[in-house]
Amino acid sequence: MTGWTLVLLVLALSSLFYFLAKRRSLRVATTVGGIHKLHSAPRYYGVVAALLFAVPAMLVLGVWLSINQNIVLKIVLTEYFPELNWESQVDVDWLTSQIQILAQTGRLENVENAEVLNAAADRYQYLTSLSDTLRNASVLALGAIVSFIFILFISARLKARPIAETLIQGLLIFSSLIAIFTTIGIVLSVLFEAISFFRIIPFTEFMFGLEWSPQIAIREDQVGSSGLFGSIPLFTGTLLIAAVAMTVAVPVGLLSAIYLAEYASPNVRSFAKPALEILAGVPTVVYGFFAALVVAPYLSDLGAYLGLDIAHESALAAGVVMGIMIIPFVSSLSDDVITALPQSIREASLACGATKSETIKKVVFPAALPGIVGALLLAISRAIGETMIVLMAAGLAAKLTANPLESVTTVTVQIVTLLVGDQEFDNPKTLAAFALGLTLFVATLVLNMTALYIVRKYSEQYD
Amino acid sequence: MTSRLEAASSGSHWDTAAFKRRLRRRRSAEKRFKWYGIGAVLLGIFFVFMLFSSIAINGVGAFWQTQIQLDIYFDPAEISEANLYSANYGKLVKQAMYSQFPEVAKRKEKRQLSRMVSVGADVMLQDLVTSDPSIIGTTQSLWFPIDDSFDMLYKNDFGRDPDKGGAGLISKNQLGWFDTLVEKGKIESRFNKRYFTAGDSREPELAGLRGALMGSFFTILVTLAISFPVGVAAACYLEEFAPRNKFTDFIEININNLAAVPSVVFGILGLAVFINFFGLPRSVPLVGGLVLSLMTIPTIIIAGRAALRAVPPSIREGALALGASKTQAVIQEVVPLAMPGMLTGTIIGIAQALGETAPLLMIGMVAFIVDVPGGPLDPSTVLPVQIFLWADSPERAFLEKTSGAILILLAFLIAMNIVAVIMRRRFERRW
Repeated sequence: MTGWTLVLLVLALSSLFYFLAKRRSLRVATTVGGIHKLHSAPRYYGVVAALLFAVPAMLVLGVWLSINQNIVLKIVLTEYFPELNWESQVDVDWLTSQIQILAQTGRLENVENAEVLNAAADRYQYLTSLSDTLRNASVLALGAIVSFIFILFISARLKARPIAETLIQGLLIFSSLIAIFTTIGIVLSVLFEAISFFRIIPFTEFMFGLEWSPQIAIREDQVGSSGLFGSIPLFTGTLLIAAVAMTVAVPVGLLSAIYLAEYASPNVRSFAKPALEILAGVPTVVYGFFAALVVAPYLSDLGAYLGLDIAHESALAAGVVMGIMIIPFVSSLSDDVITALPQSIREASLACGATKSETIKKVVFPAALPGIVGALLLAISRAIGETMIVLMAAGLAAKLTANPLESVTTVTVQIVTLLVGDQEFDNPKTLAAFALGLTLFVATLVLNMTALYIVRKYSEQYD
Repeated sequence: MTSRLEAASSGSHWDTAAFKRRLRRRRSAEKRFKWYGIGAVLLGIFFVFMLFSSIAINGVGAFWQTQIQLDIYFDPAEISEANLYSANYGKLVKQAMYSQFPEVAKRKEKRQLSRMVSVGADVMLQDLVTSDPSIIGTTQSLWFPIDDSFDMLYKNDFGRDPDKGGAGLISKNQLGWFDTLVEKGKIESRFNKRYFTAGDSREPELAGLRGALMGSFFTILVTLAISFPVGVAAACYLEEFAPRNKFTDFIEININNLAAVPSVVFGILGLAVFINFFGLPRSVPLVGGLVLSLMTIPTIIIAGRAALRAVPPSIREGALALGASKTQAVIQEVVPLAMPGMLTGTIIGIAQALGETAPLLMIGMVAFIVDVPGGPLDPSTVLPVQIFLWADSPERAFLEKTSGAILILLAFLIAMNIVAVIMRRRFERRW
């Protein structure tokens, strides 16, 4: 029985227990003189029984699924390969996959230590099926026992509704804690690997080093593989592309927000606003495609025509397309801020004889500024964290330059290229991705918090 | 001072030349500013137009495929019941191709000739024969996809210009044969069924989207199954039950922050927690769905809370006045009324998840997988990742396939957003 059928079975059985408990409560009711003598409506007895079956069963299943594989593997590996070096991730992974493949397909012959491998595969197969049987039995048994005890205790005075409500509340609280678990998970998953990275590469070298080339030489004389982990070129590259993006997005986004909020007729607004917001719904991989295969070649040709040397993977192409992506972000957030301002401040300014544009420039815009700054900070954080556009349209080589016509790389690109494919968790090359992830997480967190703080602190003064 | 006084006394200072000049300047500044705004809006709409039109122009071709008609003689000397899976089907295709041009005799030329048909033709024949062995011994007129360079040649005007990457790999002989075949009506453009029924392939003319579509389907299924119940439950708790204290504030800050965390960080989380710590397999929709649901939950919670807030307090108070408990009032009265808003938020969140690429790259869904996945535990890729993979391929024909895949992805997203808009319009209640 696989995990999926087990989940379905748990659901089916919990509805069975619902009906059992409900029927029992009805029977109890007839002995004490009618349903109104029961403390709670019969369905609450059913709900409690069903929850008492499903919740423990799912908990056990979840815990089991998350640790079972590792334990079985560890048993098999320590039994059959006592000399295995656990520090070396590659060796462990290789043996693991060997054993798993053997267990599924068949046995080896005529290979070095085939016997040990075959025996290990047998053992693995046996232990896996044993653990599956144990899992199924314990999941179902635990749920059934808890639920059954409850059913035995059903009486007219049993307060089923408060119990059901407490259980439901518990589930609701658990669900809202998932946000915290996720944050903790993110922090822990980047923190530990980042710390082991900083044990190999000093923090100052990572933070202030000017050269980034994470390939570590296998041979002494290899070219271009020095294993340098200075992250400054990555951050300048990220900021360069973000700056290009903001130069596109801020004027276009802000001016269209002002036009739509202050000038446009309702008809124009109801057409143009959703049209711009289409841009927000387009997946980033589509922008990446657009940047790499439409905009970049076009810019390259244009550069050749003008006599400029624009790299095919220039920061300009990635930045312009990222700017297009951010336009709706800037425009709809600013639009919200501008329309939220009270009408009276506009009327006061117009009554003094100011033209509409003077009102906007000297009254509306300053009043909306905190909200707009918040929106821009959020947009910058979006641009820094964006991955697909830069992965497809920006380069891989880290270059310390401020020229948008050259090819640069970004933090996100490096994270993805370091982590896609084989990972070695004892190698600074893989661990560097986690250090970069940590810096990226902290940077966007600071930007978001600042933005929310500014918006909250300054924009409520007219209410 | 004096001049202004004089102006005032002599009638109106609105008549002075200086004032008129100032006024003119202010009015033209007003006009200019308005035109900046119009220009910005138009530029934005122009970007939308450019994005969609460039992809649409490139992508329509993906739904059509140039095919060649060949009369295949299922030679009983070659295939029999005994060797259905090992017969030399390639030879049948070659023979059919040679019979079109009996004058070709040189070995090199023959090889060029047989290369015009897609390398997948023999597998197609094998599938045909194994599904119906009774056709052995007959002659069938069948359509085969043509090699991708000829597909490009047929579809594009510039195909013959080697400078534009068109006919680079095509020899002069092949061009001649191709033109003859076109004249004979043996080559034509037909609907590309493979594009929807086949898995990925290294050959552009054989590559299809079915694997990616099924992978996306299973991934989204897992995402929906996890994020919807959890998101709705969390929204209910935070909006209806939670006391206002430091702890619930902390949860709220967390949720708002998670909604803005870069997606690539979620990929690191998935890699470190689900794959390395819990030992779940790589490249499977289950892990992809788990990661995406963590990204979608904040969206659903925020939308769900807004929907719950829109239900007027009188509903709750009415229920409570009739003797319902707080939980009963919320679950039986408030949540059903807020459900349309919650579903709208869910659809929008799921649409975002459907287009998400970066986190899935890191949990290994970027592998080249030919088989169509049959469940959430089969290795697979998803539609956006397939787009990323194809966009990286050097063959020119993949440009068209990529754009076609983007069109399909956008069609799904647009459909989902339209459903969300319709639901909002139809079920939205004014209180």
